[in-house]
Amino acid sequence: MSHAIPAPHALSEGSQHDSHPTTTGIPSRKVALWTLIGSECLFFASLISTYLVYKGKSLVGPLPHTESQCMLHGKMQTCEHIFEIPLVTTGTAVLLFSSFFIVLALYGAQRGKRKMLVGWLAATVLAGMFFVGMQVYEFQHFYHKGMGYGTNLFSSTFFTLTGFHGSHVTVGVIWLATLLVLAIKGKIPPQKALNLEIAALYWHFVDVVWIVIFPTVYLMR
Amino acid sequence: MATSVLDHAPAVHAEKTGIWSWITTVDHKRIGILYGTTAFIFFLMGGIEALIMRIQLMKPDNTLVSAELFNSLFTMHGTTMIFLGVMPLSAMFFNYFIPLHIGARDVAFPRLNAFSYWVFLLGGLFINFSFLLNAAPNAGWFGYANLTENTYSPGLNTDFWVLGLQILGIASMAAAINFFVTIVNLRAPGMKMLRMPMFVWMSFITQILLLLAFPVITVALVFLMMDRHFGSHFFLPEGGGDPVLWQHLFWIFGHPEVYILILPAFGIVSEVLPVFSRKPLFGYTAMVFSGAFIAFLGFGVWSHHMFATGMGPFADSFFAISTMLIAVPTGVKIFNWLGTLWGGSLQFKTPLYFAIGMVAMFIIGGLSGVMHASPPADLQQTDTYFVVAHFHYVLFGGSIFGLTAGAYYWFPKMFGRMLHEGLGKLHFWLMLIGFNLTFFPMHFLGLNGMPRRVYTYPAELNLEFWNRIQTWGSLLLGLSFLIFIYNILKTMRRPADAPADPWRGATLEWAIPSPPQEFNFGEVPPVHSSTPVWDLRRASGGQLPEPRRVSGAGIHLPRPSIWPAVTAVGVLGVIGSILFTHAFSHWYFITLSGAAILFYGVYRWAFEPPFPEH
Amino acid sequence: METRTGPFRRLARFTPALGLLLFLAACAHNYPQTTLKPRGDFARLVDGLFRTTVWWAIVVFVLVEGALLIAIFKFRGRPDDPEPKQVHGNTVLEVVWTIIPAFILVMIAVPTIKTIFRTSDYAAGDVVQIEVIGHQWWWEFRYTGLGVVTANELHVPVGKTVNLRMTTVDVLHSFWVPQFAAKRDVFPRRHNPLWFKAEVTGSFSGQCAEFCGAQHGRMGFRVISESPEEFAVWVERQRVGSPLVNQGKVAADSVPPIDSIEVAGRALFSGGGCIGCHALVGTPLAGQTSLKGPNLSHVGSRTTIVAGMLQNTPENLRKWLSNPDSVKKGTLMVLPRKLTDAELTLLVAYLRSHQ
Repeated sequence: MSHAIPAPHALSEGSQHDSHPTTTGIPSRKVALWTLIGSECLFFASLISTYLVYKGKSLVGPLPHTESQCMLHGKMQTCEHIFEIPLVTTGTAVLLFSSFFIVLALYGAQRGKRKMLVGWLAATVLAGMFFVGMQVYEFQHFYHKGMGYGTNLFSSTFFTLTGFHGSHVTVGVIWLATLLVLAIKGKIPPQKALNLEIAALYWHFVDVVWIVIFPTVYLMR
Repeated sequence: MATSVLDHAPAVHAEKTGIWSWITTVDHKRIGILYGTTAFIFFLMGGIEALIMRIQLMKPDNTLVSAELFNSLFTMHGTTMIFLGVMPLSAMFFNYFIPLHIGARDVAFPRLNAFSYWVFLLGGLFINFSFLLNAAPNAGWFGYANLTENTYSPGLNTDFWVLGLQILGIASMAAAINFFVTIVNLRAPGMKMLRMPMFVWMSFITQILLLLAFPVITVALVFLMMDRHFGSHFFLPEGGGDPVLWQHLFWIFGHPEVYILILPAFGIVSEVLPVFSRKPLFGYTAMVFSGAFIAFLGFGVWSHHMFATGMGPFADSFFAISTMLIAVPTGVKIFNWLGTLWGGSLQFKTPLYFAIGMVAMFIIGGLSGVMHASPPADLQQTDTYFVVAHFHYVLFGGSIFGLTAGAYYWFPKMFGRMLHEGLGKLHFWLMLIGFNLTFFPMHFLGLNGMPRRVYTYPAELNLEFWNRIQTWGSLLLGLSFLIFIYNILKTMRRPADAPADPWRGATLEWAIPSPPQEFNFGEVPPVHSSTPVWDLRRASGGQLPEPRRVSGAGIHLPRPSIWPAVTAVGVLGVIGSILFTHAFSHWYFITLSGAAILFYGVYRWAFEPPFPEH
Repeated sequence: METRTGPFRRLARFTPALGLLLFLAACAHNYPQTTLKPRGDFARLVDGLFRTTVWWAIVVFVLVEGALLIAIFKFRGRPDDPEPKQVHGNTVLEVVWTIIPAFILVMIAVPTIKTIFRTSDYAAGDVVQIEVIGHQWWWEFRYTGLGVVTANELHVPVGKTVNLRMTTVDVLHSFWVPQFAAKRDVFPRRHNPLWFKAEVTGSFSGQCAEFCGAQHGRMGFRVISESPEEFAVWVERQRVGSPLVNQGKVAADSVPPIDSIEVAGRALFSGGGCIGCHALVGTPLAGQTSLKGPNLSHVGSRTTIVAGMLQNTPENLRKWLSNPDSVKKGTLMVLPRKLTDAELTLLVAYLRSHQ
């Protein structure tokens, strides 16, 4: 064994070891997150497909875009379309902007600009919380208008799809909030910016999923 | 660092023992052994379930077991063999040998790896716990709606199945991400993608299939759970839902799942045949691309499980052609294995017996597969014993023979002991004969009118003769595994004296002592081809010195952690709590407790330095 | 080494003969539910296709397994043999063995697709229209044009195409009649087609093929193929009291004759609660088609009871009526109350009198 080469010290869990070379040169945690995103695409694709397959197949109301016969306060009555487009559009815009915020936060983290990091990260977390809050309000509003989880096929597919997206946003908010606390304590120096970069990657993905859901569910009639 | 590794100083990585060291281990080799042991026990349970079914079917109108128990037996046999037997047995080899094959210290995320194992174990125990409550799943491993809905399946049986599969899915997903990243990112210098051992290639493709197929079954199971517990109508026609949607979602997962079960065995056989032919794998590149092509096509054939549902002639034709197309890359694989054996110097050791047995049996499974790729012919064959024969030739004749070849091949590396050759060959012959006696007559039974999943059959159908032969065959098959177990127990009592390379192996694991040291490689040999150890052997004139055990000083290994196991318990709590929705109005307290454990485990895990401080 | 392979070599020489023997043994028996002896046009189409694929499969099997056996015997090496020639592949060979299977598959695919288009839809023309309805765990047949409702025994005229329009009232089932057609799954609130023309007369066996719960194994049926004249007689008799004819009402003096068994039996049928689930000629609910259990109007004329499980004899009927759950565990037939011995005798006689 004359040409022995030391084993690559490539255990990549934990940021201090990310500096060691990997085969691709990309940190393993980042590859892992991309892998997760690839897998999640199939998850949301299945949910969106089901929503579309069952579109227009509900036997009773309420319906998203049109008037319908629905059971409310114990009797059948005509009820109006259920979506509140302006509200959701606002939430969508805020979520879209948060992707922009987190890019700036990451820029701050990589350049060691702590104020910039903390400020924009806080803005991202707030935007995420606004979106989740919007969704909780929307769900409650629907419930009071007579649309429970199992009311019809529309309600079940809608709540499942947007609920899973919302829980992804919630996980993102918790993750980013944790990083925010660390950032405030000064524990995200530039050499650890990867920690934020990975969270940002996830956040962009969740955002992109909403960009598909929003027109498919809310705008397509 | 490189020089200190080669010092003869006393080992700094002393062997750790005791149960705590196993619970907290993050060593891929130990986790591999945990996977293997656990999966083998589940595999034996699945085998016992099968034997009870065979004895019940030995004669017509038999009353050994009730219809209900029989339905639980075949449901649990299928579920167990797929999710708790073959998949985790493959995971044992992924764990132990992917890092060794590519020259890595460990997998990319050692703690995530431990987490996968603990979730798998808890999921397996959860789903089998149902037997103790007399509520074992009984709606088939395919769980066709609307039989699985509350109306037709009240009770916890189907809940155990839905939630158990959800838990096991998390284990599979975590492991798939881990192995994918490991193969992409932790290869030794010189180990280009097209120099990877074929086992690593097939494993890599398997992980991609897992990553893309499991989310779909997750969604289907969520829908079913919501129907059963939260009032939706995804698969209930009375609410506008469609039971056929379940079938589509299930088989979009289910067909790739078939390749998830068989590709690792393809990989093992592609390792064993060259080593025991003393000749490289024939058509390496064709083998890689045929594997990838099979996986790709595997996502476009799911509806061939549904030819009898009346999809219409155009869908039937499409799926017939796509299914037949898969026979082409599969044929390429078989011909390349033949090409590997052809002109070789075949060393008839036990692993080669099993590998050749796998090729021979898989051919039969492949040919019957082509027969029901033709939808009209399938209208007779589907849901009969003909199909049962087909997939046992593929999954037993293919996967189990392949995995057993791997077990004999790698046992010396894993445990430093050679399994007894004579017993190994006895195991092979009994298994081959028992297997064919059990499953070949199923072709006749299916064609002669025996449907699947029937707990008995009337005497007037004249099906007794073959059923009797099958039952005797299955007992022989069971006996062959008793011999295997005896062989293992006997071998483990002997001293660990296996050489590093008992088979003249080609891949990196044979360059280090048996069993490997905790850090795997003191130094990784240079990689210039897909057979690096053969290159070394040739360079040194045919003989390699026995590698020394080295001190490993200066090698940083990740430290043990309890948090993966704790997090796994949290996962069990959150998902398992759904069992109680009908029984207990404050069931969500259990969910919240599980979530708290999960949350705590994740945070401790995230903030725990993975390596010891210096 | 050589001595060890001795018995194996001898065994190998006998393998083809052994295989042939097994194959003959497989065909020798009389299998009432076999797919290999088609007696209807649909099954014959499928069988032709199956035979095509089997011959190709046998050719491939012999060639490939043969090559494997030759390799095993020809290239046996010893541990100290020199290293064999290191061959990495052969492009020409690899292209050839990609193209040959593709060619064989085309040979199978072409007749496959032709057959798909012939078997996917309902039959057209002058056909007997029959609704097939799956229940846990029995089959209901309604001849909409002929006004017949029956259970578990499908009568068809030989030489005439029957069109099956199939659905289920509960879970999925699959209607499989191997010697006449093949099988197709049934779904709630949807109809699936199947058709066949029986070529011979006789009683043929069929069974549910899609797992449908506890008693999936006991969901058989018979197809009784008879001459057009016999079929017409059967239809004429079945029309009496059929819900599809005059809503089940029959003239008071119509068959069966009013005798003491009829009067007492009818009272017991109502009083014992049977009427809650079963329509039967002469009872108030004879015109119902949505009751849970099979229509019993002519149950005495059926050859079997309990979805093909038992021969229709007085003893079997008595056994079934005394405790259905002990005969077929989990059956949805629940007796409202236990029947006395005298009641059982009466009920058996009453039901059997309805020919």
